[in-house]
Amino acid sequence: MDILQKLESPTLREEIAAGNGLIHRRALLRGALLSAGVAAASAGIAQADDGVGADAPDWMKTPGRPFSAYGMPSKWQEKVQRIFTIGPGRAGTGVSRTPLQLLEGTITPAGLHFERHHNGVPDIDPARHELFIHGMVKRPLAFSLDTLMRYPMETHIHFVECAGNSGAFSSPQPPQITAGELNGLLSCSEWTGVKLSTLLAEAGVNKEAKWAIAEGADAAAMSRSIPLEKCMDDAMVALYQNGEAIRPEQGFPMRLLLPGFEGNMNVKWLRRLNLTDAPVDARDETSHYTELMPNGKARQFMFLQGAKSAILKPSFGMTMKGPGLYEISGLAWSGAGRISKVEVSADAGQTWAPAALNDPILPKALTRFRLPWRWDGRPSTLMSRATDETGGTQPTRATWIAQYAPGQGYHFNGIQTWGIEADGTVKNVYA
Amino acid sequence: MFTPRLACLFPLAAFFFVPSVCGAQGPNLGRPLTPEEIRKIDITVVPDGRGLPAGGGSVTAGAAVYAKACQSCHGEKGAGKPQDQLTGGVGTLASGKPVKTPASYWPAATTLFDYVRRAMPITSPQSLTNDEVYAVTAYILSIDGIVPSDAVLDAKSLPRVKMPNKDGFISWWPKPPR
Repeated sequence: MDILQKLESPTLREEIAAGNGLIHRRALLRGALLSAGVAAASAGIAQADDGVGADAPDWMKTPGRPFSAYGMPSKWQEKVQRIFTIGPGRAGTGVSRTPLQLLEGTITPAGLHFERHHNGVPDIDPARHELFIHGMVKRPLAFSLDTLMRYPMETHIHFVECAGNSGAFSSPQPPQITAGELNGLLSCSEWTGVKLSTLLAEAGVNKEAKWAIAEGADAAAMSRSIPLEKCMDDAMVALYQNGEAIRPEQGFPMRLLLPGFEGNMNVKWLRRLNLTDAPVDARDETSHYTELMPNGKARQFMFLQGAKSAILKPSFGMTMKGPGLYEISGLAWSGAGRISKVEVSADAGQTWAPAALNDPILPKALTRFRLPWRWDGRPSTLMSRATDETGGTQPTRATWIAQYAPGQGYHFNGIQTWGIEADGTVKNVYA
Repeated sequence: MFTPRLACLFPLAAFFFVPSVCGAQGPNLGRPLTPEEIRKIDITVVPDGRGLPAGGGSVTAGAAVYAKACQSCHGEKGAGKPQDQLTGGVGTLASGKPVKTPASYWPAATTLFDYVRRAMPITSPQSLTNDEVYAVTAYILSIDGIVPSDAVLDAKSLPRVKMPNKDGFISWWPKPPR
């Protein structure tokens, strides 16, 4: 099935919202486009003859499969896979990306959540794993998984985004790769766990403590310095992802979740939190995830993932099937809070129309935006620009690039652009 | 039976946050850790040297550790390939092809010790003794002349090593610099 469906509705009165065919989002909110589509479809049903089932598909004429202990996606969806290449000699080190352009809605299936591992996925026996909290605390404590299950829990939907996500936009030429290859170090889940502030209150944080040094139980003992303010705010020791125990690739049996902060700090397989009065300059907060500026100095401790958006439909790899009505759809997110606005342009940023934002619009979570577009078949340039509730928004790529040394690719949140060619192909362009 | 929310009485938290974000009161089931347990798990090293273990190692001893445990991935004298280059790269940071090594980029010598001790060698992490980690740290730093070839590093001398790019970082937490 082509993911890029055309919505035809000859009777619809289209209200133009911006240049080059962008239609007002009211059309979507009313459901006008959808109901027109349904009417057209129901008119095409063939008349049944008197042999019941003669025209029925095979799967209506034989019993289906039995139950399964853990369901898997349809075999017709076998191309929906995480995207990765294995580096030489380091099978468990590197990244796999979420195929964003093949998914809909806002929740990432757990098995498609992006991965960043520094030395493979550990196989942790939950009965032998404890979370240690020590350092500048009054009562150093250990918490087993069973123990944490007794604690009050919270459930929140949040994205996790790698600091290196979309780093390919720092390339001098626009890479011709899919939206998932560009932006797929980004996933969004419903996380359930224990507020870290609850555990820290039990340990009794000393007043000189300013940081918590988090450490994972993987074969890299991944370590990051976390500001205490974040630990006492919305940080969580997450135990569940989308209703089931966290997947091994995401930190089973427990991970640190720091909503809106760069992915690397959300330490998986969380084993230890050492309260200190200073950061440790861990490898991953010095040699990695620091932003080189044109003068060769580097910004350190840039934790927050900025306001950002990407159009996924249409996107590279898809082909527009001739002029007509299409739905532009994508994702917007910000580490600072809720998305308040997503604007879409079909004329390279000359005019913009506000997109419809699908509920729920949650802080530090992916938000789905949509806008109808009547494509006239001529070359067009699509852009999206997100704004969050703190006023944070996306700079142009050129403005973003100008802040940094050439090639600096961490924390990219510039405006992304797809070029639609007359033959319907979609290309990544710099505008 | 309800006790006050300790997190909300905690002065720093009260300064930065409104009470609604404080976690719920837990059932206080944490198992107290003994000093001996903490000694076994605590491998945190702060750049000022706090947390560094006893022991030490020389550049000469480190060359032997490097040849045995590191060279197959990081090349002769840290030249790199197939994995990261560990030496050189000075002057490349603004070039568009930055080579980020301890000599060109890393701000603290303790970071090298800490990373090797917790994560290297990648096929058998945490297999080196503290003496070996000190020694191989000294060897890697000696290749670029950051420490002399007769250096011996230990808990006292390691944090005193002056890294070339020590002043190359600008902290953006909690606020960007003015």
